[in-house]
Amino acid sequence: MSNVTKQHNDSLLRFMTCGSVDDGKSTLIGRLLFDTKTILADTLTQISNTSKKRGMEAVDLSLLTDGLQAEREQGITIDVAYRYFSTGTRKYIIADAPGHEQYTRNMVTAASTANLAIILIDARRGVLTQTRRHSYLAHLVGIQHIVVAVNKMDLVNYDQATYDKICADYLTFANEIGFAQARDIKFIPMSALTGDMLVDRLENMPWYTGETLLEMLEKAPAAHTENDEEFRFPVQFVCRPHASADADLHDFRGFMGRIESGYIAVGDAVTVLPNGYQSKVKAIQIGDEQLQSAQTEQSVTLLLEDEIDTSRGDMIVKTGSTIEPVKQIEAFVCWLSETPLSPARTYVIRHTTRESKAKVGAIAYKVDVNTLEEQATSDLKMNDIARITFKLAQPLMVDSYSANRATGAFIVIDESTNNTVGAGMIV
Amino acid sequence: MLNKEKINHQPLSHLDWLESEAIYILREVAGQCSNPVLLFSGGKDSLCILRLAEKAFRPGRFPFPLMHIDTGHNYQEVIDFRDQRAAELGERLIVRSVEDSMKRGTVVLKSADESRNKHQSVTLLEAIEEFGFDCCIGGARRDEEKARAKERIMSFRDEFGQWDPKNQRPELWSLYNARSHKGENIRAFPISNWTEMDVWQYIEREKLQLPSIYFAHQRDVVMRGGSIVPVNVPLVNGEVTNPVKAGEEIINMQVRFRTVGDISCTAPVISDADTVSKIVLETATSTITERGATRLDDQTSDASMEQRKKEGYF
Ligand SMILES: Nc1nc2c(ncn2[C@@H]2O[C@H](COP(=O)(O)OP(=O)(O)O)[C@@H](O)[C@H]2O)c(=O)[nH]1
Ligand SMILES: [Mg+2]
Repeated sequence: MSNVTKQHNDSLLRFMTCGSVDDGKSTLIGRLLFDTKTILADTLTQISNTSKKRGMEAVDLSLLTDGLQAEREQGITIDVAYRYFSTGTRKYIIADAPGHEQYTRNMVTAASTANLAIILIDARRGVLTQTRRHSYLAHLVGIQHIVVAVNKMDLVNYDQATYDKICADYLTFANEIGFAQARDIKFIPMSALTGDMLVDRLENMPWYTGETLLEMLEKAPAAHTENDEEFRFPVQFVCRPHASADADLHDFRGFMGRIESGYIAVGDAVTVLPNGYQSKVKAIQIGDEQLQSAQTEQSVTLLLEDEIDTSRGDMIVKTGSTIEPVKQIEAFVCWLSETPLSPARTYVIRHTTRESKAKVGAIAYKVDVNTLEEQATSDLKMNDIARITFKLAQPLMVDSYSANRATGAFIVIDESTNNTVGAGMIV
Repeated sequence: MLNKEKINHQPLSHLDWLESEAIYILREVAGQCSNPVLLFSGGKDSLCILRLAEKAFRPGRFPFPLMHIDTGHNYQEVIDFRDQRAAELGERLIVRSVEDSMKRGTVVLKSADESRNKHQSVTLLEAIEEFGFDCCIGGARRDEEKARAKERIMSFRDEFGQWDPKNQRPELWSLYNARSHKGENIRAFPISNWTEMDVWQYIEREKLQLPSIYFAHQRDVVMRGGSIVPVNVPLVNGEVTNPVKAGEEIINMQVRFRTVGDISCTAPVISDADTVSKIVLETATSTITERGATRLDDQTSDASMEQRKKEGYF
């Protein structure tokens, strides 16, 4: 079952769509769901009724994703929506993020769990400021695979020259921000409305011989399978059933958590941070199943050879690993709250399963997400992104975000409301 | 660098991935909340969550009790199954009933035959207050209904149990924020990212037992407003609900339920699938959504689920 060596042909991929308002995100998602037969008859009846009510001729597939009453009334998307489909070989989770400038926070939210981003460009309009913004954000949040989808090709007569120019423009800009070398970028012409090049290849663009969108999705590596990451195991919960009637369990001490990166096997030498206690892995379990080894993304229970006092918030790593507890972090922070960041206040930072009080040390600069210019600033408002230093009351065990998306990320919490007000990526 | 793994990781299968995510969410609830409860109806989604909780917490006990909000209009088979499953697990089961809220006068039905389903939220809020729960773990899935597609995994409810779609916490990475102040409440949804198909595949893989009404069986029904409606259903308290109305003809049909809940709003579908693997197959080829087929209460309007959620529904 949950075995590392077993071949799987049914993995899972999380991706997001980004684009400006009306570029066709909702239509694209609706298309994917429709053409992979995920949309069932009653849903279709429901949205075709709504389409008619609004005086539209054809069924508006964007209604599938524009879910909440407020946005249906306004015909826009205001929050990240999650959608699902499956092809039989893969399950997909789509995060649909709205494209407005004031929705930077939604894009960052959607990107945080995505491994691939589809960046939509309207073929009539080409690479716009928004395209740059979306690309920068995808880059910032560490998405490895980018599909640049030139949509609405039907409105430019499926013209190859238009498509080629947009691709060239995009690459020029991607090179400028150092994005092209770091990421896997693919291009595709399409019409989400007619369904050309999404799941099916129609006859309008014989000059394009590359993969369809679905083929790209089917082949994209799932998260974590491509990186060589160090073993990181934040302890979530400690299981001590000593009150149990079963005498064997009296000394049971299981460290429960999810392997955020890397690989562990029975017998491996480990260190528990921040205290630095050392031991060896005695057993790895999922429920009552015993494993010899386990890998990234598996939720397991680790038993150690020695009795070590460990609690939620500690991190188990392999002995010798290059990670040190720190009491200061520098990070790119996206501000999520309508209440601006206040440098005078104390916040809570949640990093893996650990929390610490934190205060702003310094704000180095703010990034203009449209021009990518660095600007001096003393405050941070909703949707701003800035490079900030935080001083911490408790040590955190961090990696840089570019090295490890799980141990390089944190959220900022305002204790007065308990709201999540910031998202941080450690430099 | 030291310790870098040169291992070609196989990705987890989608079920292993979903299982692992759900275990992680359950453990976050246990780690962050001081007094959580797991809502358990005896239905298939909550039975999956019980298995996930076993994988998350055994050999320890669950760090939360189970609770069922009983409308009094549930199928006997499901109630029996609920009790049996809780006993097998050796976990504490709390039952709070809509009928008690009716006796207290906090639930007032518009008419004797009005569905009690939507009134569950009152009883739930009363139970939350009675026990001081700060988090309710539920089996809702984002694929069930449009209004749920934007639901957080840790969803915040104010003192009135209300869900405000505009006032939800951003949820990034898997850094879930389950904090709440006294009186407020978090609803945690460990299987948010599962579809109906995933649930059935998981039931098949884990060989989970289910109440018998999920499988094809013969039942007296009538056709009412385009739906198949079970009639003359015996209740736990000995009464009989869903009488036949004048002019209706009773048909004995082979049906199964895709969801189980309050009798007044859960309709069966015609089916001869009498094993889990046949149900998996049937689900793969189904042309109607789970809620569309079987939840009479959602069909009122496109926005009805959203409305009920705002009012404190799960
Ligand atoms: N002609 C044409 N129209 C499209 C295409 N894709 C989307 N649209 C239309 O563009 C409008 C906006 O699409 P929508 O999916 O709501 O965009 P969103 O704001 O990015 O979600 C709708 O009227 C769609 O029908 C396309 O490929 N060709
Ligand atoms: Mg949209």
